[in-house]
Amino acid sequence: MARESEASPDATLRAAPFGAAELADAQSEALTRIEAATDLASLEEAERQAVGKRSHFAGLYQQLRAFEPSERKDAGQRLQKVRRRLDEAITAKRAELTAAERVGRLAADRLDLTEVLPAARQGHLHLVTRVREELEDVFVGMGYEIAEGPEIETDWYNFQALNIPVDHPARSSVDTFFVEAAEAETLLLRTHTSPVQIHLLERRELPIYAVVPGLVYRRDTPDATHLPAFHQLEGLVVDRGVSFGDLAGTIETFVHAIFGETVRSRLRPAYFPFTEPSAEFEISCMICDGSGCRTCAGTGWIELGGCGMVHPAVFEATDVDPEEWTGFAFGFGIDRLAIMRHGIADLRSFIENDVRFLEQF
Amino acid sequence: MRAPLSWLKSFTPLPAEPTERDTVLELGAELDALGLVVEGMEFVGEGLDDVIVSQVLDISPIEGADRIRRVVVDVGGGRTTEVVCGAWNFEAGDVVPFIPAGGELPGGLRIERRTMRGVTSNGMLCSPRELALADDHAGLMILARPGAGNAPGVELGMPLAEHLAIGRDVVFDLAVEANRPDCLSILGIARDLAAHYGLPLEVPVPYLAEVLPPASELASVSVEAPELCLRLTGRVLTGVTIVPSPPAVQRRLTLAGMRPINCAVDASNYVMLELGQPTHPYDLDRLGGRGLVARAARPGESLVTLDGETRLLGTRPARDSLAMSALDCLVCNARDVPVGIGGVMGGASSEIAADTTAILLEAALFLPVAVGRTARWLGLRTEASVRFERGVDPEGVERASLRVCELMVEAATAAGVAPPGLARGLLDDAPVGFERTRLSLRPQRANALLGTDLRAIDMVSLLEPIGYVVAGDRESATAPIELTIPPWRPDVSREVDIIEDVARTFGYQKITRTERRSPYVGRLDRVQLLRRQLRRVLTGLGAHEAWTGSIVDPAEQARAHLGEGLVRLANPMVAEESGLRAGLLGGLMAALRHNSGHRHPWLRLFEIGDVFFMSPTPGDGGGEPVVRPHEREHMALVLAREGDDAASAVQAWRVIADSLGIVGIDLVQSEPDLEQRGALTGLHLARSARLFVATGPGAARRCPGDTAGVPGPTGDCGSGTLVGSVGEVEPEVIEAFGLPHERIGWLEVNLKGLACSPRKAPLARPVSRYPSSDVDLAFTLDESVPAIRVEETLRQAATELCESVELFDVYRGSGLPSGSRSLAYRLRFCALDHTLTDGEVAQLRRRCIDAVEEALPARLRG
Repeated sequence: MARESEASPDATLRAAPFGAAELADAQSEALTRIEAATDLASLEEAERQAVGKRSHFAGLYQQLRAFEPSERKDAGQRLQKVRRRLDEAITAKRAELTAAERVGRLAADRLDLTEVLPAARQGHLHLVTRVREELEDVFVGMGYEIAEGPEIETDWYNFQALNIPVDHPARSSVDTFFVEAAEAETLLLRTHTSPVQIHLLERRELPIYAVVPGLVYRRDTPDATHLPAFHQLEGLVVDRGVSFGDLAGTIETFVHAIFGETVRSRLRPAYFPFTEPSAEFEISCMICDGSGCRTCAGTGWIELGGCGMVHPAVFEATDVDPEEWTGFAFGFGIDRLAIMRHGIADLRSFIENDVRFLEQF
Repeated sequence: MRAPLSWLKSFTPLPAEPTERDTVLELGAELDALGLVVEGMEFVGEGLDDVIVSQVLDISPIEGADRIRRVVVDVGGGRTTEVVCGAWNFEAGDVVPFIPAGGELPGGLRIERRTMRGVTSNGMLCSPRELALADDHAGLMILARPGAGNAPGVELGMPLAEHLAIGRDVVFDLAVEANRPDCLSILGIARDLAAHYGLPLEVPVPYLAEVLPPASELASVSVEAPELCLRLTGRVLTGVTIVPSPPAVQRRLTLAGMRPINCAVDASNYVMLELGQPTHPYDLDRLGGRGLVARAARPGESLVTLDGETRLLGTRPARDSLAMSALDCLVCNARDVPVGIGGVMGGASSEIAADTTAILLEAALFLPVAVGRTARWLGLRTEASVRFERGVDPEGVERASLRVCELMVEAATAAGVAPPGLARGLLDDAPVGFERTRLSLRPQRANALLGTDLRAIDMVSLLEPIGYVVAGDRESATAPIELTIPPWRPDVSREVDIIEDVARTFGYQKITRTERRSPYVGRLDRVQLLRRQLRRVLTGLGAHEAWTGSIVDPAEQARAHLGEGLVRLANPMVAEESGLRAGLLGGLMAALRHNSGHRHPWLRLFEIGDVFFMSPTPGDGGGEPVVRPHEREHMALVLAREGDDAASAVQAWRVIADSLGIVGIDLVQSEPDLEQRGALTGLHLARSARLFVATGPGAARRCPGDTAGVPGPTGDCGSGTLVGSVGEVEPEVIEAFGLPHERIGWLEVNLKGLACSPRKAPLARPVSRYPSSDVDLAFTLDESVPAIRVEETLRQAATELCESVELFDVYRGSGLPSGSRSLAYRLRFCALDHTLTDGEVAQLRRRCIDAVEEALPARLRG
């Protein structure tokens, strides 16, 4: 602003009693001085010299008194105009210098934020916990309760009530850990989360909408894809008029919720003693979107788990009338889901508890 | 189950050709949809286009080479050629496969013309493995050994595939579910496929003329144990010459994964694969007594099976619960000498040999559970035992044994020897008859269960092609459909099994997906919420979550002083994994050790998981309590950062208690006592304390019970219950785990106890808007008096005007009597309705001092 007035001096000043040139010179000199100030102290000095009591400018005000009253008004106005110009310049300069000084003060206080020492770190949840909680949340959102049960089970809950009597061929396909007890082979480490189905059917009011996450045990030698203990998530729905179509629809719903809307699901026949009809459920491969890749062995589909309509024998074992109530169950491995999603090559990383692994999730 | 496409197509004209890959992949997808999951697909016979039949004319050594020889072969059409060969199993005159230079082996290896030690090799003579025909790589594949001169039936120069009659083929490797024994046969798979495609199924009906004398004069069969063997049949073949099977039979066996042996064994195996019925040929002359008896094995009886192993039968160790029903079925000769394990494996003594001339062919029905039991006990799952265990077609026994005889006659004919004679009559003892199951299917029930809208007639048309026989009215829309179940489907025992067949043959993918909404509001229960809150607080405290195994090494637990009284596994895989953890210390210490070994010793870790212990439970029917294994969920935190110790553990506990709003748990530190460790096992006796639910009326909350309502051991919650421990790991334990830490903090709590412990009242406490006043008080008191006593006394004395009591300094040293320390507390006072006057504050100060000095051996420090 100050520069602008320098560049176009007011034309009316030419007619001034103390001479337009004189007034213009006084203004430009004062403006130069203000502009030259480098800090607030020098600005104050410039202000004193420009418009202070002993300034040339103050002298011009003195001269006004000597003018003819007819000229005084006009001269006074012109003088006042210059004065305003200078005041504005000073205010602007002061703001500029104040800001610069604040910047300077802060700059002197600079901290390199990349030289900060590490503080105590936040701990990380186990990846399996993360996936498990995510799954639980999906089902809670669908109105399911989260049910749990003991890891030491009896033969009845783990096998017999699930339509797997002694000598059933399905027993030989699952290698069971038995727990030492007074009577041999009566207590075992549950081989699946399905015994909780029986507990629920025995103790809960119907209808039941529940999922059961938890640890299960199989006598498998640990390797990259097997652990003797692993996590499953089991679902159980028992209500009036529940159908296989409901099962397929429910699987589609949670597959969308967990994997995204673009992932598809399908069922194909399978066998489990405690469901009939039984199915394996598969999802379209997330890696190749179903076109076939190494993850899905070129099939475009990834097997996720088993499911089916609750076998009437299971209802009969728990005194539920299979004519009145029907239901479905499904189950899949939480750890397997986690390794699939995160490209983990070896399941054993989960139980090694290496901080370099734990901190990644 | 390995199923060659050509074999399947011998039953039904499937729309797939090995040369047309797409048709094969499509068939694979249909098998998947039928529940016969394709685990692998092998395209065989490919890549043999360049291989021809040749005859070795001359073999001569190559000077300076002792591993290779120069071979001249006749490649037909009057041409001969020279090759260098490193195999030694052949002689001049042998007919062998030859691939000329420029040709490609299966797998794409190109054979080039090469010169070795001055001899040019114009191709290669091949081993079975090089041709991908078998695994044999010991030498060349010898197609015929006619000696010098022409080989009968061999046309030199003919393509090998044509010579072997091995067109291209595809082998499907199918995972057959345990409920579908019928699909452990080519016939069964073909039946499902034929029904699915709407194609005819042609089941071969074997026929053979019989000769005299009748079989009953040559041998006998009888069943002495109808609880193990439902039917035992025998056929007698005389005038047998043991020859190799025809190439087509060998080829199918090989593709199906079985090794061809001789015409008798091959015929038996072939029929097992084709029809699903295992049979067993005995050398009748070596059998001993000329007959077969099926009976229960007596305790301690043994037998050497075909594989040369001695098998002990009829006995079980005491811990096996099956001891009471430990019945193995033995097949014995007429003199009661064991000659086979029923349904599992035959004995070595009566094995078919090169000089066998008479055969007794056993075809039987063994009880599925008995075979399964015996196979499990022996650890001997054979192709036969798997089929018997799941159930073979009870109506297919006679057909299968006749088919074996038919194949043996065909083998003899193909080999140019006299065919064996089938003695007239079937030897048959069937104490337990078989009757087909009849069931009814309610169409509405099927539709309701499946969510379909099929008509009764639709269901019938889905079931009939897979062998169901419909009786009565098939048109009625509502009446139940009366069905006779196919005999090869032992799995179909009730209506719902038929409904599954309807769904399967209709196609799972065609069933409309519907939505089913839960009528409930989903939410986590108290323990589940607590678990989640705990996890967040613990990660906030810088701890990573670990997952250590619940199956533990007792020796490792002993290092953590937790090795005593572990719940044990009855059948551990290895001794190092034979116990169930009684606490989380061992696992987390091992996790620290692992990380320490990778140069990350300074860590905090936590785990939430079940621990196991022996505890009395009321006996059956409320009788005497029995001590049995139980489990409880624990949370443990190990603090092993630099500087972490018991104090860090207590601070962590306070953060946890504060964030969870837990107010009713007392920290109780008693005099160090080795005998009374209890919850402090593995912990530093003088730097650890127990956590108890505070006693007093209404202290504990109502127990929420287990989530699935499973009753656990009593004493898990309620006032006065021990809920955990806090402090430091015993130095000896730290050392045993080889850790570099001087001190490691520890906190372990029982989750259910925590969930039941008293919480802060939910009502808000108003906050004063008036200025507050601080009063600092330092007391000198004996080391034996816990600081908590001072704090409790101060809180009581300070009235509700006291906002907070905080220990801010602990001093030991000069100016204090030995054996004592000074504890400095800051009390902040304020009133809700006015600013406290100096007089009021002075009065409160006095009250507090007097209370402490009166209640405890403590003096205000001047």
